[in-house]
Amino acid sequence: MATEALKVDGTQDSIEVLQREAEELKKRLEEEKAKLKDVDMCKAASKVDPVTNFTMKQRRHLKGHLGKVLCMDWSTDKRRIVSSSQDGKMLVWEAFTTNKEHAVTMPTTWVMACAYGPSGSCVACGGLDNKCTIYPLSTDDTDISSKKKAVATHTSYLSCCTFTCSDNQLLTGSGDSTCALWDVESGQLIQSFHGHAGDVMSIDLSPSETGNLFVSGGCDKTAMVWDMRFGECVQVFEGHESDINNVRFYPSGDAFATASDDATCCLFDLRADREANCYKKESIIFGCNSVDFSISGRLLFGGYNDHTVNVWDVLKGNRVTILYAHENRVSCLGVSPDGTALCTGSWDNTLKIWA
Amino acid sequence: MMASSHRYNKRTESLPNTLPNALMFGNGQINHEENPNYLVYKKMEAIVDKMQDEATGVPVRTVKSFMSKVPSVFTGQDLILWMMRNLDVDDQVEALHLAHLMSSHGYFFPIDDHVLTVKCDNTYYRFQTPCFWPSKCGEPENTDYAVYLCKRTMQNKQRLELADYEAENLARLQKMFSRKWEFIFMQAEAQAKVDKKRDKLERKVLDSQERAFWDVHRPVPGCVNTTEVDIKKACRMNRHSKMSRVGTWPNYAVPGGRLSPSVSEVDLHHPAESVRNDLLHAIDLLKKKLEKRRVKISKVTESYVSYYDQYTEYDAFCTPADPTNPWITDSTEYWDQDKALNARDIPLRRVKRWAFSVEELLRDPAGKDQFSKFLDKEFSGENLKFWLACQELKGVKVAELSDKVHEIYSEFLAPGAHNPVNIDARIAELVRKRVDDNPNRYCFAEAQDHIFKLMKSDSYSRYIRSDMYKDYLSGTRKKSKKRLVPLEIRKMTAL
Repeated sequence: MATEALKVDGTQDSIEVLQREAEELKKRLEEEKAKLKDVDMCKAASKVDPVTNFTMKQRRHLKGHLGKVLCMDWSTDKRRIVSSSQDGKMLVWEAFTTNKEHAVTMPTTWVMACAYGPSGSCVACGGLDNKCTIYPLSTDDTDISSKKKAVATHTSYLSCCTFTCSDNQLLTGSGDSTCALWDVESGQLIQSFHGHAGDVMSIDLSPSETGNLFVSGGCDKTAMVWDMRFGECVQVFEGHESDINNVRFYPSGDAFATASDDATCCLFDLRADREANCYKKESIIFGCNSVDFSISGRLLFGGYNDHTVNVWDVLKGNRVTILYAHENRVSCLGVSPDGTALCTGSWDNTLKIWA
Repeated sequence: MMASSHRYNKRTESLPNTLPNALMFGNGQINHEENPNYLVYKKMEAIVDKMQDEATGVPVRTVKSFMSKVPSVFTGQDLILWMMRNLDVDDQVEALHLAHLMSSHGYFFPIDDHVLTVKCDNTYYRFQTPCFWPSKCGEPENTDYAVYLCKRTMQNKQRLELADYEAENLARLQKMFSRKWEFIFMQAEAQAKVDKKRDKLERKVLDSQERAFWDVHRPVPGCVNTTEVDIKKACRMNRHSKMSRVGTWPNYAVPGGRLSPSVSEVDLHHPAESVRNDLLHAIDLLKKKLEKRRVKISKVTESYVSYYDQYTEYDAFCTPADPTNPWITDSTEYWDQDKALNARDIPLRRVKRWAFSVEELLRDPAGKDQFSKFLDKEFSGENLKFWLACQELKGVKVAELSDKVHEIYSEFLAPGAHNPVNIDARIAELVRKRVDDNPNRYCFAEAQDHIFKLMKSDSYSRYIRSDMYKDYLSGTRKKSKKRLVPLEIRKMTAL
């Protein structure tokens, strides 16, 4: 009895000691990180020529959805787009000619995520059904939904999905606060990623071939960098005051941008292990839903709830221009794989191509 | 005049006591702070507060017109002027856009128009009373709307006449609530009676504010309903309110549950032990983090700048695309050039990019092809083949994984392999064990890294300096010059 009590006391004591140690280490880490900000990025880049004569006009208008456009993704062929909407439809566009090539009606409405397969021969989508379904894109006349295949299942809504290096693997993020890697053929869970304390809203794969990393952002206001091999979170980035709605890697893979409901976008650097820059303006009060970089990483496009797209100078931190892009919230956007165009999707039921 | 307007503002504040107030709308169970739009409401309300400042705000007055008075209004022009002076908007267009958004959320509204927007002219606008702000009330119910519309039909004033769409809504609601209609009618009658007793000017203000409230929540067809929320956020909101209502909900830090149980049996039996383990794990992680090398912001910035310098000519948003951007000119020549695999058709811009990094070289199918030919000449073609096989392995189907691993192992690493790659004994042993015990898609990781570094530091730099690359580069250059010549001659002859 006595020894039992002693033992409990012993652990209690050591827990306090350990807690203190952890606190101290945390403090030291913060100090170390603070030291790294030797200059302000905008100042360090002050010698770089400003972006001048930036022009961007609407080049295509894709009409056909009967509900809010919630997600879009470019095909690797640089001219096709898949988009999904609230009315439960997924459309595949040949954006260059604005033709609709495929239309799929999902069993549930609110298709919140869609993605194009790297080979261009299949698409994945899902949403409130908590599933991710793959549709092969065949050119013959058969209805493609007859060949659909449910791959991933989460315990809450599917918020985002993307194929990895091949059509065989699918990475998904969900409202159940996890991310997961799936084998497409068997529907087998290859690896799951636990760590977020809130809904996962967005994921993005590292563009570098040698890295096995991806980044996720969510409603716990944090962004996490994961090693796909071990299902391990290797870096955590904090700083936003509200939900992170979107994450996107910088083209070199050394950093990533976030879009948040706090009306700011941030650039987090993996090498510095901290925020490198923040893009905000007092007159911008609505949340940002989606971000993407231009090919050179100089421009950051942000799609906002105030119906606009703000274009930021990544280096200098100032806004290059504002596009009054849509008649309702801009829900998603993406730069085409070769960087020649920007596509925006909106709650006004349409998508637009800008160049 | 200022004083009188404030008197009305104050009176309307007491609205909740006399009218079916906004707070009563909805089911009242949702915590408004959890509304996904709450943050932006608060920001707009901070601006509205500034706008309503007696000394520095937008000038509000009561306008005398023929035979009547228009109480507590301001002009669109004054509003935009104020916004230009007090908010960091770039220009009038941005000010107008922000004003339009705030109006469509109902913070101020045109006094006689259902369409909530702002024009920079002498149109009159009025501020909404705070109890009708979207942050203060939940989504109102259709019965409330029915009572409101019904009440409007009882007061035969021109300004209260129903618009066409409202009349249609009323008809629809009447059908929907046919059994309850008597009750709705009585409520409307009672409210109309109270309204009648009010002061004339006060009534004008109240009527318009109530109308604006419904213009936000039941907008004119074609107008954006600003009270809608993001479905993802709504899912979370519902889950939270469910959790707080059901007291027995398990106290998970993670809402919605997990794919697999995170709490092990041991943790459940020995909570203190598990806390200790968690702490030890956290301390371990923190120590590792402290040891990690980090780069300063100045260095990081330099790398961004040099990346931009290198890639700016490939960024169609910074440098006009060569030959032309397909989206602008409708010509697909740019994409045709990108797809070309034939040496003569590959544009210079692509070949130049191969010199940026080995990753860039391998990303271009033509580059990969060239590099592989070069390596064959150097008798190290197996390195690239091995690396590519490992890359492919990462995305292979689960069903084919094991076969593929053994295939790679026997081709490149096994004793007596057909295409042996050169790796040190330690890595070879590590990989052998993994292939035997637990073949997975990353079991060649160290070997792959090693070979990649070898290719990068050794073969790649030799390739970029080689005549093979230089010839290729000048070949494409010559070609582009050749194409220029006849054009120039044409120009000369034209002169």
